[in-house]
Amino acid sequence: MARSSLRGKNEINAGSMADIAFLLLIFFLVTTTFPNDRGILFTLPPKPDPNQPPPDITKNDRNIFKILVNSNDQLLVEDEPLENVFLIKDMVKEFVLNNGRNPNLSDNPEEAVVSFKTDRGSSYEIFIDILDQLDAAYNEMYGERVGMTGDEFRELRNTVNKTPEQRAQYDKARGIESKGAKPTFPKNISIAEPSKVGG
Amino acid sequence: MSKFAKKTKASQDIPTAALPDIIFMLLFFFMVTTVLRETDILVKQTLPRATQLSKLEKKSLVSHIYIGKPKKTNLYGTEPRIQVNDVLIEPKDIVLWVQQEKDKLEEVERDAITISLKIDEEAKMGIISDVQQQLREANARKIMYATPERIDETAGG
Repeated sequence: MARSSLRGKNEINAGSMADIAFLLLIFFLVTTTFPNDRGILFTLPPKPDPNQPPPDITKNDRNIFKILVNSNDQLLVEDEPLENVFLIKDMVKEFVLNNGRNPNLSDNPEEAVVSFKTDRGSSYEIFIDILDQLDAAYNEMYGERVGMTGDEFRELRNTVNKTPEQRAQYDKARGIESKGAKPTFPKNISIAEPSKVGG
Repeated sequence: MSKFAKKTKASQDIPTAALPDIIFMLLFFFMVTTVLRETDILVKQTLPRATQLSKLEKKSLVSHIYIGKPKKTNLYGTEPRIQVNDVLIEPKDIVLWVQQEKDKLEEVERDAITISLKIDEEAKMGIISDVQQQLREANARKIMYATPERIDETAGG
C-alpha cells in the first residue's frame, strides 16, 4: 500500500524554485552597474617651484601649434577661426610631420609643440573633444612609424606588461633609441591654464 | 488506438527541474559582476564621449571626483560643484582629501594614485582648472578624464 503511493508521486515540487531565483536575478539585474573605468589619461605638470623663475620660452613661433578656445566654445587654430573640431587631427599631423618643408609649420617632430588654451568659460565637452583629437593625431603618427593603425598603437600603449618585442616596437614608435634616452618623437602637448578674459 | 492514447497520458508535462539551474547560473553571473554603489552621486553626470581611451588596471589606486550641476538645485544652487565621497566640497578642500585618499594606500603606492575626474559635459573649464591646480598642489598628478566610448565612427574618425 505504502509502496504504491511512493511510486506514484515522490518528487518535491521544484517549479517555484525558478520563481525565487528569478526574483533574486531581477534584483541583481536592476542593481548592477558595470564598472566603466575608461577615459583619457593625462599627467599634470609638477607644481611650480617658487624659488625658480618660470623658464624662458625660446621656441620659434613656427614650432608652436596654437589652439585657443573662448568662452563661447569658438575655436582659433593657428590664428584662424575654425568651425569643425574634428579637422584638428589632420591639421596637427600635417604640422608635426612637416619636417621643415612648409615655412609656417614645424621644423621637425622633436621641436613641435601643440599649445592648447581654453577660457574659464569654455565647456568641458569641447576640451575633451580637442584633447581626444590631439591624442588621436599622435597615436596615428606613432602607429604609422611602426606600420600599425592608430587604434593598434593605442592597444599597444595600453598593454601593461609588454613583451620585449612590444616594448621595442613602442620605443621605436616614440623614437627612443636607447634606454633612458629622450624620445626624438615626443608628444609635446601643452595645456595652458585657462584665461579669465571671458570673450 | 486505445493503446496509443494510454501512452500519451503517462507523462504530459515538460520537465522543469533544470529551469532553476539555468536561472541560478544567470543569478550567479550577475551576483559576481555586481558592484554595489558606495556613493550617492549628488551632481548631474552626463559624461562627454571620446575615442582615444585607456583602461585603468589597478582599481585600488583610483579615487573619484565628480563635478557637475547639483541635482538638488534648491539646496546647492545651479553652479557646478565638486563631489568627493558623499559630500560637496570647495576646491581648497581637495588637498586634504587627496591626503586622506593617499593614507588609505600602501606607502609604496602613494605616488601612483590616479584621480578619475567624472565631469559633466556642461561644466566649465574654470572649476576644472581650479581642481587641477589643487591636484598639482597635492602632488596627485596622474589624472583620468572619465569618458565613455563614442559610438558613431564618422565624427571620431
